[in-house]
Amino acid sequence: MAFLPVLLWSDLLVWLLVAGLGLAAWGVARTPPLRAAWGRVLHRRTGMAALVVLAVFVLIGLADSLHYRPRLADTPSPAEAKAAAGKPVYGVEVFSLLDVLLTPLRTQMEKTYSAPLATRAYAKEMQEVRQPDGSLVQQRDFPRLRHGGKHLGDNEAGRDDDVLRRVLAGAGCALLAWWGLAEILVDLLARARGCSRREAWHELWHRPPTSAAPAWDALLLALGGLLLLVVPLLALVPEYHVLGTDKVGQDVLYQILKSIRTALVIGLVTTLVTLPVGVLLGIAAGYFRGWVDDLIQYLYTTLSSIPGVLLIAAAVLMMQVVIDTHPHWFDTAAERADLRLLALCFILGMTSWTGLARLLRGETLKLAQLEYIQAAQAFGVSSWRILLRHILPNVMHIVLIALVMDFSGLVLAEAVLSYVGIGVDPTMISFGTMINNARLELAREPMVWWSLAAAFFFMVVLVLAANLLADVVRDAFDPRAA
Amino acid sequence: MLAYILRRLAYAIPILIGVNLLTFALFFVVNTPDDMARMQLGVKRVTPEAITKWKAERGYDAPLFWNGEAPGLAKATRTIFFTKSAKLFVGDFGAAEDGRDIANEIKTRMGPSLAIAIPTFILGLLVTVTVALMLAFFRATALDLWGVVTCVVLMSISSLFYIIGGQWLIAKVWRLVPISGYAEGLEGWKFLILPVAIGVVAGIGSSARWYRTIFLEEMGKDYVRTARAKGLAEGVVMFRHVLRNALIPILTGVVVVIPLLFMGSLLTESFFGIPGLGSYTIDAINAQDFAVVRSMVFIGSVLYIAGLILTDISYTLVDPRIRFD
Repeated sequence: MAFLPVLLWSDLLVWLLVAGLGLAAWGVARTPPLRAAWGRVLHRRTGMAALVVLAVFVLIGLADSLHYRPRLADTPSPAEAKAAAGKPVYGVEVFSLLDVLLTPLRTQMEKTYSAPLATRAYAKEMQEVRQPDGSLVQQRDFPRLRHGGKHLGDNEAGRDDDVLRRVLAGAGCALLAWWGLAEILVDLLARARGCSRREAWHELWHRPPTSAAPAWDALLLALGGLLLLVVPLLALVPEYHVLGTDKVGQDVLYQILKSIRTALVIGLVTTLVTLPVGVLLGIAAGYFRGWVDDLIQYLYTTLSSIPGVLLIAAAVLMMQVVIDTHPHWFDTAAERADLRLLALCFILGMTSWTGLARLLRGETLKLAQLEYIQAAQAFGVSSWRILLRHILPNVMHIVLIALVMDFSGLVLAEAVLSYVGIGVDPTMISFGTMINNARLELAREPMVWWSLAAAFFFMVVLVLAANLLADVVRDAFDPRAA
Repeated sequence: MLAYILRRLAYAIPILIGVNLLTFALFFVVNTPDDMARMQLGVKRVTPEAITKWKAERGYDAPLFWNGEAPGLAKATRTIFFTKSAKLFVGDFGAAEDGRDIANEIKTRMGPSLAIAIPTFILGLLVTVTVALMLAFFRATALDLWGVVTCVVLMSISSLFYIIGGQWLIAKVWRLVPISGYAEGLEGWKFLILPVAIGVVAGIGSSARWYRTIFLEEMGKDYVRTARAKGLAEGVVMFRHVLRNALIPILTGVVVVIPLLFMGSLLTESFFGIPGLGSYTIDAINAQDFAVVRSMVFIGSVLYIAGLILTDISYTLVDPRIRFD
């Protein structure tokens, strides 16, 4: 094989999560009340637009969750080749599908900082210039970048025209693609409703207030906005560093795209840890009461009375000692960084289940008094069966709302923790490590603003979409809101 | 009421023991006292005798949780866990790894932390309640809609960006205040403005939206309808009736954080170079100074429990319907 697939632990959990989501979607499609609730989410314009944006982030994250190690091409000598014939040699660097898609971004390194779309580096340096008479003269000037704007040759002044042309061409392609998508959507809608395409198009933009149809207009607008952003970017990426380069000359756009997976893993895998603990302890405390309730309440009061950062700090420091003392557990640096990421998820999960458990305990206390539970008890249904069949489905809306609302908080927490030095591994690209590295760059002269601005923009978009979705989900599932 | 508070205080003791047990377990699961001695002594001076001496000097020469060799009750008391945590309960925090007295350090660093935290807390509360009241007053108008949208955007921005952006814009570009630092007394005001302002702005988004919901919920109640039916002006209804009643959930909600103000804010203090308890904690985390981290965890838990009890008391003070018996 030309490559060795690598399944990192976080990959495994991410794909398990995807499988779980698929299963949940299947369940939702078969349960009319849940379908109606999700219908209300899609009915809201903000909900639909937030879902589209989040879907793009998730797709990037999933592409970054398929890892492999490439096979080393040249084996030094025939003897060694024979010795290693049974087991081919693979590189120690772990790549992902996203890395392959972004090969030009990943490999086109500059020497150091360069501004977005620049053709020359950020700092002057000595260089030899060949004069017309053939002699070499030393000059201090901004050196040309190795890759940024290389295709322009000597025509550096033509950069603005070139960028404009590429952006316009990209925007044109984006509009064409959008038009195509809109046509397909209208076609599907017209077929589903059995009306003409013209009517379907009109109804798409002018929804009657009573209609419960999904907000297709928001879907089209969000897609249009994303296409207008992404396609011109694609046109520029092969020749320029669209968001500039950082201190070691790495493309900032590449780092941003890699950060997305870290943020999603922190936000989603942590909830995977929180969920079973919080749900089980919460409903058990509310249903069994007595000493079980006392014990569980004691447990979460103790945990939540410790200031969160301190508990996380203590746990992460402990984890780091374990990782440092067992280097033989890890074949590659990526696996080590991955374990630390996972440990962080577990630690965050262990400190954040208390809120969910408290909410569920209160709700279960109320539910346990209702007639249908008493009827089940009178029939002799076992306690665990009552918990699973009668209580759990009736508190799921609280679980869902809590999970969606926690996501944005976790993404923000990762940045802060990485800044304090107790977040992800320093070698792992994340929004937190990017901000941490870029924090002192604002003091440089001239100012290096692009790393920070890019991290800011993408993080705000991600967290904003998550917050908007959380609001819509809460409105759709909270029975009190209706 | 008194009996209730006493019961709550008694309940705090097992929680604090649990907190201590947890920090202890977390730290000593991977770090044996021998490891600590080696790290603190440095690589060169490590000999078995030096380690034994280091442990004996600092009281780390007993077993961790259970001393099987000791007689009777001393089986549980002559251990590292008991000797180290029993002292915390009487306020004896011991010395940090660099030899300084932790209690003394906490006393001197409390001032700067409070100088930032109290103005941030009070101003923040005033500003967010005002904003929320305004949004509720203009409910279902364009102002309300865009106000809520702004709140959601504001709460989607990481606190790191508020600090970095504020420092850059106000201190570096406009040069209005020093970028960081701290001074005792009244001259220190110019160092405090920026961290306090950033703290207030960073908190507006989530709290203003939350308080707006409280106001709107209160405005749907019957007594508000009665007040309007009597012909009171909307402003009078808002200020005299809605504001006063909505302040009950708002105030009881924030009481729990008041004791924690002592701890300061980790991020603000470390970014602005303020010698408070927050930056003390961060330094201790980075230096892996267990004695300091443990003391701060203990204080934090005590303050949190105090906050919970204060919340309950404040309920009974502002709402006569609630009684604990």
